[in-house]
Amino acid sequence: MQITAVATAAGPMAACLGPGNPWRCLSEDEGRTLEAICERIIPADQDPGAAWAGVVTFVDRQLMGPYRRLRKTYRLGIAGTNATGLAMFGKPFVALTSQQQDAVLQAMDKGQARGECWKQVSAKSFFDLVVGHTMQGFYGDPRHGGNRERASWKMLRLPYPPVRGRLPEKASTDDAGFAERRPA
Amino acid sequence: MTQVSQKEDLRNLSNLRIGKAMTLERVNAVIVGAGAGGGIVAKELAEAGLSVVLIERGKWYTASDCRKDDLRNQRTSVLGCAFGPDDDRNRRVLVDADGQERVVLPSDGAYNNDAACVGGGTFSYGAMAWRYLEKDFRMRSTYGAVASSTLDDWPLSYQDLEPYYTKAEWEIGVSGDDTNNIFKGARSRPLPMPPLPPSREHLILKVAAERLHLHPFDIPMLRNTVPYNGRGECMRCRWCVGFACEVDAKCGTHNTVIPRALSIGNCTLRTECVARKIVTNDQGRVTGVEYFDERGRLHEQPADLVVVSASATESPRLLLNSRSRLFPRGLGNRYDWVGRNLMGHAYAGAYGLMESDTYDDLGPGASIAACDYNHGNPGLVGGAMLCNEFIRLPIHFASLSPPGVPRWGAAHKDFMRKFFNRCIAVHGPVQEMPVFAARVQVDPRVVDDWGIPVARLSGARHPQDLDVANFISGKAAAWLKEAGATMTWPKLPGKGLSGGQHQAGTCRMGNDPKTSVVNRYCQVHDVANLFVIDGSVHVTNGGFNPALTIMAIAYMAAEHLVQTWKGTQMRG
Repeated sequence: MQITAVATAAGPMAACLGPGNPWRCLSEDEGRTLEAICERIIPADQDPGAAWAGVVTFVDRQLMGPYRRLRKTYRLGIAGTNATGLAMFGKPFVALTSQQQDAVLQAMDKGQARGECWKQVSAKSFFDLVVGHTMQGFYGDPRHGGNRERASWKMLRLPYPPVRGRLPEKASTDDAGFAERRPA
Repeated sequence: MTQVSQKEDLRNLSNLRIGKAMTLERVNAVIVGAGAGGGIVAKELAEAGLSVVLIERGKWYTASDCRKDDLRNQRTSVLGCAFGPDDDRNRRVLVDADGQERVVLPSDGAYNNDAACVGGGTFSYGAMAWRYLEKDFRMRSTYGAVASSTLDDWPLSYQDLEPYYTKAEWEIGVSGDDTNNIFKGARSRPLPMPPLPPSREHLILKVAAERLHLHPFDIPMLRNTVPYNGRGECMRCRWCVGFACEVDAKCGTHNTVIPRALSIGNCTLRTECVARKIVTNDQGRVTGVEYFDERGRLHEQPADLVVVSASATESPRLLLNSRSRLFPRGLGNRYDWVGRNLMGHAYAGAYGLMESDTYDDLGPGASIAACDYNHGNPGLVGGAMLCNEFIRLPIHFASLSPPGVPRWGAAHKDFMRKFFNRCIAVHGPVQEMPVFAARVQVDPRVVDDWGIPVARLSGARHPQDLDVANFISGKAAAWLKEAGATMTWPKLPGKGLSGGQHQAGTCRMGNDPKTSVVNRYCQVHDVANLFVIDGSVHVTNGGFNPALTIMAIAYMAAEHLVQTWKGTQMRG
């Protein structure tokens, strides 16, 4: 974790946000909170979860590109999630237990999270946004910063690159015994 | 000669300074849009000896532009549309059912995007090659009037179009085998290529369909399954619909008729050129097209005739933006029919979870279909073809959890892991009832980056579409259950406006100028040298993907256009 942080911090963009911050757009605290939210959306079990797979790297990168119009939404939403954590359990989101974190997210999902923070961005719409982006970062193409080492594709037993004739793994259909219906 | 051209240059220079168009050398025909329709018309006119300029707003991509990026393509465009249009310069206004309006970008589903590139949708489509059925051309005669719908018959029949369907199948290239489809209209020639070998899913669904006494067959596809037209065959990868084909095995206009048109010598393709308006004269005829080139310079391309092939959203937009003294409501719009009856398809079906792995990673996925529910469904008007879905990428499956499975958390992840390889989807495009109020207008305020008023989309689906969707979804679930699904759940369309990549209907063809925009040869009723040749002219949109029908109509209209040209030269 530390090694990753130091290595990424060497990038020129990160320097703007202070040494030690691995993100390009998010602050270190925002990144940490978002990572905790994403990890509850896709938690680690026998397979890696959202945090290990780099979902926040994915989101952070897109906030510098196609999702730049969502920067404010993320700022407000992450602050709102912390505020909801404080209101419900007296602690910021990252300091809560997994069960408490789930309770906060469920409240947001059901639109029951209240507070000043959710006046500009509704808790429900922010949570929907993060769920969508977490799925993209975890199940999408690794080239965008998430799905580290194709973790999700390995979990789903998908070979890569699946180009016949160039496949390092054996094609998954070889055993199916299909009758070849080639033209005469 | 030199003097004249110098004078011309000077005039152009001064025009440029005051924001007027530079006038280019006159040609016989200018075609706006190099997609399924425009590409074919360009080739047919060029072959007949006309000088042609083909204008396309997008770029010309090739097979090497296939990035296999599952977040940035034409099917999943969350990070942008790989083949246009771009989010930076394009926008539309969407008016929802409550009358709330908002500006939408191309990467947003509500934009109802069709790719903007040479080949149009055919560059990255899934490539199903359907002939509509005989009844699809006479829906009004078959079913009678439908309340609050402008349902009507086409001014032509399946038999009229049959030779052109055949021409499209052989020139562009179609594989498949619909021998077992007893519902199809008669064909004069078999398909030029055989189907792909079946996938595991295909075999499972086939025996199940037979047990249900359905009539399953191999979907005709605009896809090489054997070397054809100088290109190789499909390598069966996972990235098909929405992506460029890495081995150029998908057949579109970009790798067939457009290169052919250019090879003739009298057709010019101008890419990254955005049409602003069609120019008219005081005699009520069109004289050319104004467009911005890739550097934003305004040109006027004079022509003897103009063909608009820009899609069912962009074609009406261009006609409506071409207002003049004689055409104050836009071209072809004397009776307020331009932009009306916007439709697409209400996709309905079901997902089924199987007991063992069915996923075999063999593209394109969609391969087996049945037309048993296109017509004759009790108490309903029309129906849909049913087929298995295109191969599903993990990102698609992530948003498909069945009722009872949460959409996030440990349980969702577990569901993904267990069932990604064990899920089959069967669905179909429900034939929509045309609605007069579902429409494309030009927005009075919002403009795009070129300063052109943008398309304003409003309206909603006909309620009967949702009844048919429910029925079709039930039939899909029954097929899946027969195939061994332990659990099924429905896939149903929303109530909102239709359109999307199957957009059609907005410049309807018909015999009566008061209730249509073009005649059966795609000629605008009151402007003899203006044609609309794309999905816009569809009276109804069948229960099928529309690409092959757009192509057949283009061949038919182009043939008629050439015949008329030989008589009159289209000069008023």
